[in-house]
Amino acid sequence: MHSFGYRLNALFTFALTILALICAIASFTDTFNHPNPLAQVKVLNINWFQKQPHGNDEVSLTLNISADLQSLFTWNTKQVFVFLAAEYETKKNALNQISLWDGIIQSKEQAKFWTHTSNKYRFIDQGSNLRGKEFNLTMHWHVMPKTGRMLADKIVMPGYRLPEEYR
Amino acid sequence: MGCIRNMVDSVKSFQFRQTLSQLITLGLIVSTALMLWKGLMCITGTESPIIVVLSGSMEPGFQRGDILFLHMSKDPIRAGDIIVFKIDGREIPIVHRVIKVHEPNNNKETYLLTKGDNNPMDDRVLYNHGQHWLQRHHIMGRAVGFLPYAGWMTIIMTENPIVKYILLGSLTLLILTTKE
Repeated sequence: MHSFGYRLNALFTFALTILALICAIASFTDTFNHPNPLAQVKVLNINWFQKQPHGNDEVSLTLNISADLQSLFTWNTKQVFVFLAAEYETKKNALNQISLWDGIIQSKEQAKFWTHTSNKYRFIDQGSNLRGKEFNLTMHWHVMPKTGRMLADKIVMPGYRLPEEYR
Repeated sequence: MGCIRNMVDSVKSFQFRQTLSQLITLGLIVSTALMLWKGLMCITGTESPIIVVLSGSMEPGFQRGDILFLHMSKDPIRAGDIIVFKIDGREIPIVHRVIKVHEPNNNKETYLLTKGDNNPMDDRVLYNHGQHWLQRHHIMGRAVGFLPYAGWMTIIMTENPIVKYILLGSLTLLILTTKE
């Protein structure tokens, strides 16, 4: 009844249960954090804009991105993955989402930043619909916890437009 | 030593009824585990509700040995989601983040492009030759939760099968020799 193995097993099970409970509580405390992040993006320049040989439009932009995501950080935050996506609608597609830039923020101090960059991933349409196209730039963030549930949200910034002509 | 002698003694002193009842206990434990797993499959809608991260391609977010909880909901997959997918003809699923989405009006298909946070390039180099997009049938689930380190035992067991047999054997012996 009270053999060594039995006691070891009981101790192990108890320790694991407590650990799982603590992890669950840590994840739950994240729900009390109500962040108010800020983001601002300016398109400084259209570097070039053309139709690829096989027919898809491609554009290269220079962006100025500034954001303050410090309020996303809690004691259970391991990192924040932040990315900027161009989002638009075309005749064929109800939704196109193209990530233009992303970054990994590992501490609260780095969460207030600005950067001046051209798009890190290629902005290629599925087809040739980009001339004069209006699009949203959306700042998305995914909070990766030390343990538990992953959280995500976004700020949509509407009102950007690509030029009518290739250049 | 005493502990082992005790075990041997209790193995020797087996009686038929007792052995049978202990076998039933063992069966109960195995079937409970199976029920839990299948139950989770039903709730989450994915064929493997829990997976272990095997590579460092999503570091520093996910490291080798971390556990991910998957969910396959009706919500469409969007850029930024971390998905688990399987390339046709390959066994091992991959956990990466979606960076591009094209969703046609008819809502039948979705075209996705993924990338590992820690990889310099997107995943077109990982896909089959000539494959540019992931489609719905490749996707096994979306990662919704995270538990660090908990998957190390699985990695150790798959890489050294001997450890698995020793562990399984000793567990079975323990269950069979414990007296209620």
